[in-house]
Amino acid sequence: MSYTKRNDGRKFDEIRPIEAEAGVIKSADGSARFKIGKTVAFATVRGPREMFPRFMKNPKRGVLRVHYQMMPFSGVGDRIRPGPNRRAKEISMVTANAFSEVIDLESYPNSVIDVFIDIPQADAGTRCAGISAAAIALADAGIPMKEMIGSVAVGKVGDKLAVDLDYSEEAYEGGAADIPVAITSRTKKVSLLQMDGDVTREELNELLEKAKVSCAQINDIQKKALKDKYEVKK
Amino acid sequence: MTSKLLIKDKDIVVPGEDLAQGMDFLPSAGSYRDGDAIVSQLMGMVRVDGKVIKIIPLTGTYIPKRNDTIVGQISDLTYSAWSIKTFSAYQAMMSMKEATSEYIEKGADLTKLYDIGDYIVIKITNVTSQKLIDVTMKGPGLRKLREGRIVKVNSNKVPRIIGKQGSMVGIVKQYTNTQITVGQNGIVWIYGEDAKMENLAEKTIRKIEAEAHTSGLTDKIEAWLKKEVAQ
Repeated sequence: MSYTKRNDGRKFDEIRPIEAEAGVIKSADGSARFKIGKTVAFATVRGPREMFPRFMKNPKRGVLRVHYQMMPFSGVGDRIRPGPNRRAKEISMVTANAFSEVIDLESYPNSVIDVFIDIPQADAGTRCAGISAAAIALADAGIPMKEMIGSVAVGKVGDKLAVDLDYSEEAYEGGAADIPVAITSRTKKVSLLQMDGDVTREELNELLEKAKVSCAQINDIQKKALKDKYEVKK
Repeated sequence: MTSKLLIKDKDIVVPGEDLAQGMDFLPSAGSYRDGDAIVSQLMGMVRVDGKVIKIIPLTGTYIPKRNDTIVGQISDLTYSAWSIKTFSAYQAMMSMKEATSEYIEKGADLTKLYDIGDYIVIKITNVTSQKLIDVTMKGPGLRKLREGRIVKVNSNKVPRIIGKQGSMVGIVKQYTNTQITVGQNGIVWIYGEDAKMENLAEKTIRKIEAEAHTSGLTDKIEAWLKKEVAQ
C-alpha cells in the first residue's frame, strides 16, 4: 500500500494551519505561542540577565541557554517524564546553535539569555515549532537579531516527499524520513538540519527547496504576530 | 543606482526587515548594512532622520549607560565597597569614596550607611566593555530612599514618563503632591504624605507606561489627573 494522499487531506507541499501570538506570558521579557496543526509550543525569554552559575560566564559574549521540555501530558501515549532527558538536551543544544548565527550576543558579555521552550501538546515537529516560537519570543524580548528564523520539518513518507509531517506520517509503516530544517528569513541560510531516515541526495535538495518556501510562509506569520502585539497600540 | 526607502517613518519593524536600498542611507542604532540594503536588527519603531535610519526599541531589558541616573538596591557589602543590584544583567560597585563625603573610620560598619536591601539613587560614572559598572552617590538628587514605594516599569518607557524637560513627571508630582524619582533603569520611587495620593501617582505612572505610544499624552494625563484628584 503506497502513500498516495495525506491523512489530513493536505497537499504534499502544504504546511498545517498556524497560529502565532507574541507576548503571551506577561512576567517574561519576551514570549510567544506557536501552534502548527496539533503541535503547540510556548517560548519564554528571560534576560539578558546575570549568569548563574558564575563559572559559565563568558567575558567575550553573552550565552544563549535553551531549555526545551515536553510537558508530561503532551504526548498521545504514556506520561512523559518531566525534566531534562537525552532528547531534550539534544534539542536544546541544536536550538541554541540554530540561533547562534543570527543573534548578537557580543553586546551582552558575561550575561545569559534564557529561552524556555515548553511543548504542551505534541504531534511531531516539536523542535521546529519550538524554534519558530523562540524566534518570536527573542524579538519580543528586544534581543538584537540579524534576521528571524523559521523552522519546519520536511521528509519522505513512503515514496512521497512531504512538508511538515504529522505524527501519523512520521510513524508511517512503509518507512518515513524526517528532516527538521531551520532557515533564516532574509539570507535563507540553513541553521538547523537533522535527518532521521533515508533520502537520496536529489531528494534532499528538493526537500530543502520546499523547506525554504514553507519557512518563508512561517516568517510572514511570525512577523504578523510581532506587529500585531505592538501596532494595535499605535 | 538610486537609493530607496522601503519603510515609512514611525513604522514598526521586526528583526531582519529591509529598511532601505542603496548607499545614500546610513544605518544607526538597531540597524546594520548588508551589501546594498539596510536591515533592522531590533523589534522597534523606525525613525528616519535625513539619511540616518535608526530603530527605537519598544521592548527589552535595561542596558547600563554612562551618565544615567538609576535607582539601585544594595545587594552585598565588601571591605570597602557596596555591590548594587541595577535591575539589569549587571551588578554595579560603589566604593566608599563615591558613597559619601563623610569620614568613615577604618573597620567601620558599612551597614550603618547603606544596608543590604536599601534603595538608593545613583549615577553611573563608567561602564567598561565587560559591563563593569562604576557608580557614584556624589551629586544633586543622589541619595538613599527611606520611605515610599518602588514601582518597576519598562525601561524603554522611561523617557515618556519623564517627558520633555520633566514635564510629565512634573504634572504627576504637582497634582498628587508626591515626590517621585524615575531611574533610567525603569525603577520609580514614589513617596507621598497621603497614601491615597501615593496610590494615584502609581496608577498614573502605570497609565503613562501603558499609553506611552500615543501622542498628546501629557495633556491627556493632566486632564485625567484633574478629574481623579477632584473625586
